[in-house]
Amino acid sequence: MSYSAWIILTACLVGATSGLIGVFLILRKMAMMADAISHTVLLGIVIAFLITRELSGPHMLIGAIIAGLVTAFLVQWLHSLNIEQHASMGIVFTTLFAIGVILIATYVGNAHLDVKHALMGEITFIPWETMTLPFLGDVPVATAMLGFAFIIVLFFITAFYKEWKITSFDPALAASLGIPVIVMHYVFMSLVSVTTVAAFDAVGAIMVVAMLITPAAAAYLWTDKLSIMLVISGSFGIISAVLGYFIATWIDTSISGSMALATGILFIISFIFSPKHGLVSKFVKPATAKIMTQDG
Amino acid sequence: MAQPALKVMDLAASYRKNKVLYNVNFEVAAGTLTGVVGPNGAGKSTLIKTLLDLHPALTGHIEFYGLPFKKAKKKIGYVPQRGSVDWDFPTNALDVVTMGLYGNIGWLKRPSRKDKQKAYQSLEKMGMEGFADRQISELSGGQRQRVFLARALVQDADLYFMDEPLAGVDAATEKAIMRILQELKALGKTVLVVHHDLQTVEDYFDHVLLLNKTVIHHGKTENVFTSDKISETYGGNMKWITSREEGYHVVGPSNK
Repeated sequence: MSYSAWIILTACLVGATSGLIGVFLILRKMAMMADAISHTVLLGIVIAFLITRELSGPHMLIGAIIAGLVTAFLVQWLHSLNIEQHASMGIVFTTLFAIGVILIATYVGNAHLDVKHALMGEITFIPWETMTLPFLGDVPVATAMLGFAFIIVLFFITAFYKEWKITSFDPALAASLGIPVIVMHYVFMSLVSVTTVAAFDAVGAIMVVAMLITPAAAAYLWTDKLSIMLVISGSFGIISAVLGYFIATWIDTSISGSMALATGILFIISFIFSPKHGLVSKFVKPATAKIMTQDG
Repeated sequence: MAQPALKVMDLAASYRKNKVLYNVNFEVAAGTLTGVVGPNGAGKSTLIKTLLDLHPALTGHIEFYGLPFKKAKKKIGYVPQRGSVDWDFPTNALDVVTMGLYGNIGWLKRPSRKDKQKAYQSLEKMGMEGFADRQISELSGGQRQRVFLARALVQDADLYFMDEPLAGVDAATEKAIMRILQELKALGKTVLVVHHDLQTVEDYFDHVLLLNKTVIHHGKTENVFTSDKISETYGGNMKWITSREEGYHVVGPSNK
């Protein structure tokens, strides 16, 4: 496959995976948590590197999952000590991120790991570093990792679809029915961490937030069904990836930046034209909307 | 007497470092319809949440039909406050009712056609079958409450906890809900309802639990729901209106 094909495929996997996970981030009102985890994952990767001296997939994944869980746990813990939820997120993730940055600057400076790379990613370099997979041959490491993350996320979402739905909509009922709400919460945080770390090489910690939140927020405007929202959000992620790639080659700029821009464009289009919640539809048929709210 | 549906001993709970419940002791007999009444901040919702293990208890022992909560889960139904969920969630009324069955469906399985049918019948009982496919954000407050009730019915529990099911609903919904509560009682089920409207307590409930951080009085409505006991619960801040026939009538706390 050509370099550009690998880059586009990788970008699409980022879009699809984060699109799926993003739906539940939005519905669980945890968009900020994506921001937090995307930063603290850096610390996980740095520590994994310091211990193993390797920047390979499995180590990074485990480091990231642990960092994500620690973040989720610390946020919950501070919150239980009477600190406002968003404040505790702010405190936890900036502190852990700072430790990560300091460790990079002091101990890991020479390795293939620097702050700019961590924040922005560099999808252009992805095809250079390959690994050999059975049946598939030489595959870029980042692409393989994203494919793996995509399969994991897809599996967890479809296998526990009704559990995600009920714990997102009504956690109190879920708990009273015996569904382990807290375990589901931490599993979800792990999935966010896996997605983030897999997308890390490609789009970096900052841009992955755009990929997680914006397609899902846009999809939310188009449908009233959870399953369809997942499909739309994943598709929006893929569309943004492709669109972003072409914008980037067209004006010769950063691919991850253009992908994030593309998600923004899709969101604005959705915000204006979506049939149910869009600006245009509100302007065109205010009468029917009124009847709906008065009904019953 | 037969095994009580609910037995609470020495229960205490705090919320953000304030002790909201202490020394709570009471027993609820099976087949009764109890109104939990008390002023704002009396810990009514916290009581229910603590009983259902949704809020940590500081001390206390709770039995449902002689069993601890974990073993009695299947017998318990819960109707949270309407405001506790996000009504913009992408789902429809039938789906919300079906969620009441998720505990029985089991892991990795999807709700079957039969489950959907059960949910639909439950909506019918609440007169909501016409709204089965309706997106929940398009339902009125009363309709949302009926969907919640339908969801509780589909659970087919023996003991129900309902948190202010009648708050802010229209008259038709209130009637429909009360009819269902009476039906549940007739079937031998036990229902505990957090209730805010003092005027209707006597008509709706056979037992009353007056709560203000602890149980002030509890028993049959005619014995407990008296002016002095209500004053005691609300701390004397009551407004009484004299009615022609009965002498006096409770309207509600005046310190609102």
